[in-house]
Amino acid sequence: MLARERIDGLVDSGSPFLEFSQLAGYEMYGKEEVPSGGILTGIGIVSGRVCVIVANDATVKGGTYYPITVKKHLRAQEIARENNLPCIYLVDSGGANLPRQADIFADSQHFGRIFYNQATMSSQGIPQLAVVMGSCTAGGAYVPAMSDQAIIVKGTELSEELGGADLHCGESGVTDYYAHNDQHALYLARSCIAGLPPVEEQMTFNPNADEPLYPAEEIYGIVGSNLKKTYDVREVIARIVDGSRFHEFKERYGETLVTGFATIYGQRVGILANNGVLFAESAMKGAHFIELCCQRKIPLLFLQNITGFMVGRDAEAGGIAKHGAKLVTAVACANVPKITVLVGGSYGAGNYGMCGRGYSPRYVFMWPNSRISVMGGEQAANVLSTVQKEKKKREGAEWTDQQDQDLRRPVEEKFEKEGHPYFASARLWDDGVIDPKDTRKVLGLAFQSTLQKPIPDTKFGVFRMDYNSELFAFGHRIGA
Amino acid sequence: KRCASTAPLIRPIQRVLVANRGEIAIRVQNTARKMGIETVAVFSDADRNSLFVKKADKAYHIGPPLASESYLNMDKIINTALRSGAQAIHPGYGFLSENAGFAERCAQAGLVFIGPPAQAIRDMGAKNVSKQIMEDAKVPVVKGFHGEDQSDANLKKKSQEIGYPVMLKAVYGGGGKGMRIAWNEGEFDEKLASARNEAKKSFGNDEMLVEKFVERPRHVEVQVFGDHHGNYVHLWERDCSVQRRHQKIIEEAPAPNMTHENRLKLGESAVRAAAAVGYVGAGTVEFIMDPRGEFYFMEMNTRLQVEHPVSEAITGTDLVEWQLRVAQGEKLPLKQSEIPLNGHAFECRVYAEDTRKGAFMPTAGRLNYVDFPEDARIDTGVVSGDEVSIHYDPMIAKVVVWGKDRNVAAAKLESALARTRISGLPTNIDFVRRVLAHPEFAAGNVYTDFIPDHHEELFAEAETPAEIYVESAVAHALAALKKSDAGVFQNLSFFRINLAPKYVYKIEGKDVTVQFDSDRRLTVSYDGNSYETLLNDVQALGDNEFKFTVEANGRRWSTIVKDLPETLMVNGVGQNEYETPAVHEAFDSLAGGAASHSAVAPMPGIIEKILVKPGDQVTTGQALVVMTAMKMEYIIRAPEDSTIEHIKCQAGKNVPKNAVLVQFA
Repeated sequence: MLARERIDGLVDSGSPFLEFSQLAGYEMYGKEEVPSGGILTGIGIVSGRVCVIVANDATVKGGTYYPITVKKHLRAQEIARENNLPCIYLVDSGGANLPRQADIFADSQHFGRIFYNQATMSSQGIPQLAVVMGSCTAGGAYVPAMSDQAIIVKGTELSEELGGADLHCGESGVTDYYAHNDQHALYLARSCIAGLPPVEEQMTFNPNADEPLYPAEEIYGIVGSNLKKTYDVREVIARIVDGSRFHEFKERYGETLVTGFATIYGQRVGILANNGVLFAESAMKGAHFIELCCQRKIPLLFLQNITGFMVGRDAEAGGIAKHGAKLVTAVACANVPKITVLVGGSYGAGNYGMCGRGYSPRYVFMWPNSRISVMGGEQAANVLSTVQKEKKKREGAEWTDQQDQDLRRPVEEKFEKEGHPYFASARLWDDGVIDPKDTRKVLGLAFQSTLQKPIPDTKFGVFRMDYNSELFAFGHRIGA
Repeated sequence: KRCASTAPLIRPIQRVLVANRGEIAIRVQNTARKMGIETVAVFSDADRNSLFVKKADKAYHIGPPLASESYLNMDKIINTALRSGAQAIHPGYGFLSENAGFAERCAQAGLVFIGPPAQAIRDMGAKNVSKQIMEDAKVPVVKGFHGEDQSDANLKKKSQEIGYPVMLKAVYGGGGKGMRIAWNEGEFDEKLASARNEAKKSFGNDEMLVEKFVERPRHVEVQVFGDHHGNYVHLWERDCSVQRRHQKIIEEAPAPNMTHENRLKLGESAVRAAAAVGYVGAGTVEFIMDPRGEFYFMEMNTRLQVEHPVSEAITGTDLVEWQLRVAQGEKLPLKQSEIPLNGHAFECRVYAEDTRKGAFMPTAGRLNYVDFPEDARIDTGVVSGDEVSIHYDPMIAKVVVWGKDRNVAAAKLESALARTRISGLPTNIDFVRRVLAHPEFAAGNVYTDFIPDHHEELFAEAETPAEIYVESAVAHALAALKKSDAGVFQNLSFFRINLAPKYVYKIEGKDVTVQFDSDRRLTVSYDGNSYETLLNDVQALGDNEFKFTVEANGRRWSTIVKDLPETLMVNGVGQNEYETPAVHEAFDSLAGGAASHSAVAPMPGIIEKILVKPGDQVTTGQALVVMTAMKMEYIIRAPEDSTIEHIKCQAGKNVPKNAVLVQFA
């Protein structure tokens, strides 16, 4: 059985599978292709229970761990820990990829962390189940040993001593269940999960939730491929949420950030979506809205299409840095499940204010049209060009258009390449590139997976709220 | 008249015992109830939980499953009738319905036997007697000559009297040898010489007998009724030509391709036949008829027939009501001139049997699920979960339809059968639908050898149409969904990120792949063919049942699916049932290869005789065990050359299906 077939056989028939980071490792190792990073990870239903599944793909370099394989495995475990989801490891791996041992062995987020995670998740009561489905040597053999329960298929080998299912089920006791073939092993895994005590799900799911009034495919035309072209993000929201119903909050204030409530398959969510650059008002509005959602324990959805915060003398005078910081503080501290979708640009501090990867959203997904970098390629080129021009000017040297273009081109090309979602997804800066039309489904599944664990209270950090400066800023804005 | 009818006497029946089981018991109960008559059921051990027992006002146990100890046990039935306070016994069909002795015993016990006088049963029961009575009553019979005077001239003279065509048969003949048909006088001499010659060579004797030859005979029968007042009517004829193993499967009324004049003539002959024996109650006079419409008396069935509903359908009558009224001493409700002939009716007998390759092998077992269309008359004695017992007839139901003409009625039957869903046992439905689709049947060209003559077309291994693969594969995929209100994961079926999920199902021996391109757009492929399929209107009907509409291969249709514990029934373009892998499939696959060195029972039944003993050397095809099931005898043969190790069955004992009977070394 191939790895995807094993997953199809493991999950309940008809269960969706929310697969992560299919582009992991894409063009990362020169001529060596490591499809999906050599490991499949995702979330599916097993015996009625939402589980994280990690499956080695033995067809990719014998299932050995490249650096990106390790990162993807660890990310799956992080998802499991954050969302309190049982882990099922379908193990078929030769362990570390030896030529790359320097990049996978020694550091804190390297191979050893996999077993650390198994031990500590187990201690938190998050079930760890391993199914040995193919030859597992070296590090690959630790995963079953570190699991709460382990199943082994007859004819597979575990560890260098070539111990098989008979040895490990009968003598060593390393594995707990003896499977006669792959199907039997998956059946046993399903039985093990069925035996777990039930969790009380927080999800308020409505199987009869209205679909959006507008077809999801229209998103393609609304968004287009030119990030400079603006559109109303409400058009996107209308194609994601139940019945296209959006209860907007502070519609007339800080209009560049759209905030409001909606439901996705019956689950109430608070949405923050960009409709232009972030102003001080937009940032304050966002912070206000996040506070509201945290108070009410409503999960947050960020739809990022942001070039950054407003720049310039007026904005600075108005305290944009301080107000931006309020938003960033609110985003960082919000203890409700957060999910971020990059629907357009994700640049600079805008990425922070809109819950980029660094702000620990439970999931980050990207659309293929999105771009992510510290700033746009053109701006970066502008900055460098300006610096050079100033320098030449000071030196009294000439700065020709040709020189300018020669400087700009590689910069723009580099930013375009490194800002591309495939580049980002290959490095696991996100959890996968998704088709815009699938956004509603992906979000529905992602939100359900986050709600296996109760939402804790939120305690925010210091919001910079001095009255005098607020008054000053207001006066400045009205031109007093 | 040879037999005087009993004196007319109005004797109301308040309670009737039905000395029968299954659908006919229920049929009689329904009418009795309608007339305010209480019903009493009698049942054997095998029928303790049968529907007819539950439906009866009173029910009495009369013994073990074996019919001879229960439904044929006259003492028990008569005692039960007396004990229950019934005034009358309705015998249904089969069992004691044509037993003159039983009719007499009823009379002696002061019970009304709902059927003809005992003498009429006796007269009609003996072939030579009935033939003579019919000849006397001017009812056409198949004539023949079997005598001393073997001269060519005499045989020719007799042939002329009988009327051409005639069959010349060697008296000591057999196997078709010494047998010739003379179609007319011109060829008589030549045929006789050739028959004699062959007979002489084959049997050393050239004595001949002459018989009327009935070419391509049809089985046509007339429903007749008589009362205690000397009135007789017929309720038109039925054609029951389509038979297998001499058992009818499709019956219709009126007979197709028959002139009205001939129809009247036939009816009148039947009435004469009934009158000749002083008949009372419902009876059927059977004739064989040749393609020219010449008909000849065969026999009379002195009971209500299985196929009486088709006559009811075209005449708007209730024949059981007539039976009960006549038994109470009333006059026939209608005069001959008042009996209408409206439209056309068909009945299909749905049997539990394996029709593949024309074997018509009866089966028995549990009916996991039965569901019939609501727009047809269904006479049945079973509900989902009932058993078709090895002890009795394997008929599951009668599907009866009426239409304004034969084409309409045939279309309605086809539609009703397409919507008849039976799980657990193979049925003859698919076969009957093939018969209905046959152009000769559609043209009304039916005759008793219809099935053997059209064997090739009727049993042709037709290529399964793409629609069946499509609907079945989609049904499997949808049945896999166990939707709940638990969450999005439980409901966003098949969703994959950037992938079209694919599932492979085994349909009709092929691996069929269903790929979900989107929620409503699928690709179904097998054998290198691939069909774009649009899925619509998926609707849960509750009780593990759902339906959907598909469009594929240029056609749009609906399919209904019943998800049973071990099987999946798919009814749409086709009627198919698939075994669904049990949860323990992984374990089951380990147990395989058990019965390879053994002979097993092909169906549940009773072991009659064991012909081998341990240590015997047997060759392939050698008879090992004789078993009986459903009144049929089966010989279990050695599947390979081997030595007998164990005999695992015992004569006289019941065995379930697939039981190992003989173990080889």
